[in-house]
Amino acid sequence: MELLSNLAYGFSVAATIQNILLCLLGALVGTLIGVLPGIGPVATIAMLLPITYKLDPTGALIMLAGIYYGAQYGGSTTAILVNLPGESSSVVTALDGHQMAKKGRAGAALAIAAIGSFIAGTFGTILIAALGKPLTEIAQAFGPADYFSLMVLGLVCAVVLASGSVLKALAMIFLGLLLSTVGTDLETGEQRMTFGLLPLADGIEFVTLAMGVFGFAEILRNLEQEQSRDIVEQKVTNLMPTRADLKEAAPAVVRGTLLGSILGILPGGGAVLAAFGSYTLEKKLSKTPKEFGKGAICGVAGPESANNAAAQTSFIPLLTLGIPPNAVMAIMVGAMTIHGIVPGPQIMQKQPDLFWGMIASMWIGNLMLVIINLPLVGLWVRLLRVPYRMLFPAILIFCAIGVYSINNQPFDVMLTAFFGLCGYVLIKLSFEPAPMLVAFVLGKLMEEKLRQAMLLSRGDPTTFVSFSQHPISTVLIIVSGILLVLAVTPSLRKKRDEVFVE
Amino acid sequence: MKIHHLLGATAILALGTLGAMAQGYPTKPITVVVPFAAGGPTDVIARIVGEHMSKTLGQPLIVENVAGAGGTTGQARVAKAAPDGYTIGMGHMGTLGASPGLYPNLTYDPQKDFQPIGLAAGTPIVIVTRKDLPVKDFKEFMDYAKKNEKTINQAHAGSGSVSHITCILLHEMLKIDPNSIPYRGTGPAVTDLIGGKVDYICDQIVSVSSQVKGGTIRGLAIATPERSPALADVPTTKEAGLPAYQVSAWNALVAPKGVPADVMKKLSDALIAAVTDPATKKKLEDLGGVVPDAKGASPEALAALIKSENDRWVPLLKAKVKP
Repeated sequence: MELLSNLAYGFSVAATIQNILLCLLGALVGTLIGVLPGIGPVATIAMLLPITYKLDPTGALIMLAGIYYGAQYGGSTTAILVNLPGESSSVVTALDGHQMAKKGRAGAALAIAAIGSFIAGTFGTILIAALGKPLTEIAQAFGPADYFSLMVLGLVCAVVLASGSVLKALAMIFLGLLLSTVGTDLETGEQRMTFGLLPLADGIEFVTLAMGVFGFAEILRNLEQEQSRDIVEQKVTNLMPTRADLKEAAPAVVRGTLLGSILGILPGGGAVLAAFGSYTLEKKLSKTPKEFGKGAICGVAGPESANNAAAQTSFIPLLTLGIPPNAVMAIMVGAMTIHGIVPGPQIMQKQPDLFWGMIASMWIGNLMLVIINLPLVGLWVRLLRVPYRMLFPAILIFCAIGVYSINNQPFDVMLTAFFGLCGYVLIKLSFEPAPMLVAFVLGKLMEEKLRQAMLLSRGDPTTFVSFSQHPISTVLIIVSGILLVLAVTPSLRKKRDEVFVE
Repeated sequence: MKIHHLLGATAILALGTLGAMAQGYPTKPITVVVPFAAGGPTDVIARIVGEHMSKTLGQPLIVENVAGAGGTTGQARVAKAAPDGYTIGMGHMGTLGASPGLYPNLTYDPQKDFQPIGLAAGTPIVIVTRKDLPVKDFKEFMDYAKKNEKTINQAHAGSGSVSHITCILLHEMLKIDPNSIPYRGTGPAVTDLIGGKVDYICDQIVSVSSQVKGGTIRGLAIATPERSPALADVPTTKEAGLPAYQVSAWNALVAPKGVPADVMKKLSDALIAAVTDPATKKKLEDLGGVVPDAKGASPEALAALIKSENDRWVPLLKAKVKP
């Protein structure tokens, strides 16, 4: 009952004309930047921060949060239409989403992504309101050793379920891990594999790599073939998903939502693991795993729900502890501090307006996004009819601007072009970039957590499997081990050929 | 770009119209390079001070976040910027004070390549521990750390970060060399401190004050001569028994070398007007910031600060941090 009265209070804060307009503005801006490849929420929110000086903190945060989850919705649009994942979590969406688009089913893919995201967002919001505190404690239980083991499980999934050539998939995973180690050594401050180039000192940006191996490489491949230049077939069968589509996607949405909600509370790789894990899960449960990678609707619905649920629950550490789990949230903390609020564990008691108002606005924002996005589906699909010779320079320019906007470094744009060439070569040699990107994202965290855990255990590797010290880690390692063993059994081997085919 | 600026500068020098150029200054927005990501303490201070300065100068001050390599990427960009007063930087203790001791390939000299505008605000260092560490106060903590040197764990936000080097100074004074666990940023480090995975952190007050007030971690001592209103219950290091430990992560505005004197004066006057404005001062103090008076915010005071900080950090870090 207390929850209901709190939520009612939140809605009374969020449903003022000013706050609804701010929420709408945030959602619109977010959708826009999400759709523009490469221009991410971090740069946008940083640019818009001065506007919020004049607003009250609640209104400011409602708008900024709107940009954040608006970008999640918008990001899947580009992933589906032009195979450009702007966020690490939409890499997976691009796999089947873009295949659906190629088959003339872009509308259905976009609509199911929006619907799945809305359901996941609603569930995530309720979860924050009802179980924010206890979930924080679960996240607190995860120490460096546990994180590391979770990442190991993620990578084992990538190996076990990788496509056609296991060797090639392994090679890509290791390449991804290797690329993730470029930059300044966390502990000693030493430069690793930077070739003395200062712009590489902080490592390779995810967007730089993803834009290159997915976006630029895709453009090169499209330009190579005169005939297939039009990204999608001209005939677009139907804009909205059919009843059969919805029925097929519904369980995937539910599973994705649950998985995403749990993994979202873990800072860092939560959303990526969620999207990736959901894809793996759907493929495993599917009666027609062969369809995956060729435009399976569950391959869009599951991961999209998972990453949006994770995007919502990733607010939990911020709202209950005041600790920002990612760069976007860090700017939100900045926005609060500029207004004199240093967010911390007491935010719920001291700033109930802000806390409950923001939670209520998240749901309102998600509702707005679904209302904005469903009618836009038709428009986006029409965008694909723009001749490719006009579309691709625009995509390239937006990518370049987006990549530049991350660190304001021209070098990053050149690096993207370089990765584009690499990506093209990889496509030609039928290596898939997706496992590499997953490994790249997990690699950074994995190394950090491995070193922290080893330092904490004074160099004792048994720390990861010591049940008395790290029960979570031990269980995760055992599960990883079982998965690896299963991989060598023939039944699974057959299935492995089917996941992760692009 | 560089040649272009150089030509421009020569032309102006030749015409002898330097004064005339500065008279109209500023005629367009001024970029403030913040060498850290948006949302962090330095960024917030730059934005609060910049907002007031733009009222004095009549042009907006636009914050550009150029993060990377412990802030030295952004700081280097300021050093190389055209000396026209339209690009200035919010440097800090790390980028202007400690960096020569941390980065052997540093492309700038904090004392030679910049002209000081003035100090904006300092954020004192607080020593915080996990809530169940078996010590009552800072004195007990020092004994505990000495006794358990081999098993105690200190966390920091990455090599060269404020939380890293300020704890190095603490360890130097306590003559201990405990286990040091690196994290990517303050957030994850504080998370593990709350979760009890690590034992203590030395960090800026703004990053830890609300956690201390919320009781998820404990503040043992603050490294300033006086207590902070933002954490009034936490004693100073002087009260707690280590008076020599005085550290504050200061943030200061600098311009590249070669900006005309009258432009510098306008910038410095605008900064002093900002930090002595009661509303701006209060905003900074609410965050735990220590705000300088007009004298403390002067270019001379900053020049002296950069020199004394270089003298304090560079030899220590060269000996303790091996890149």
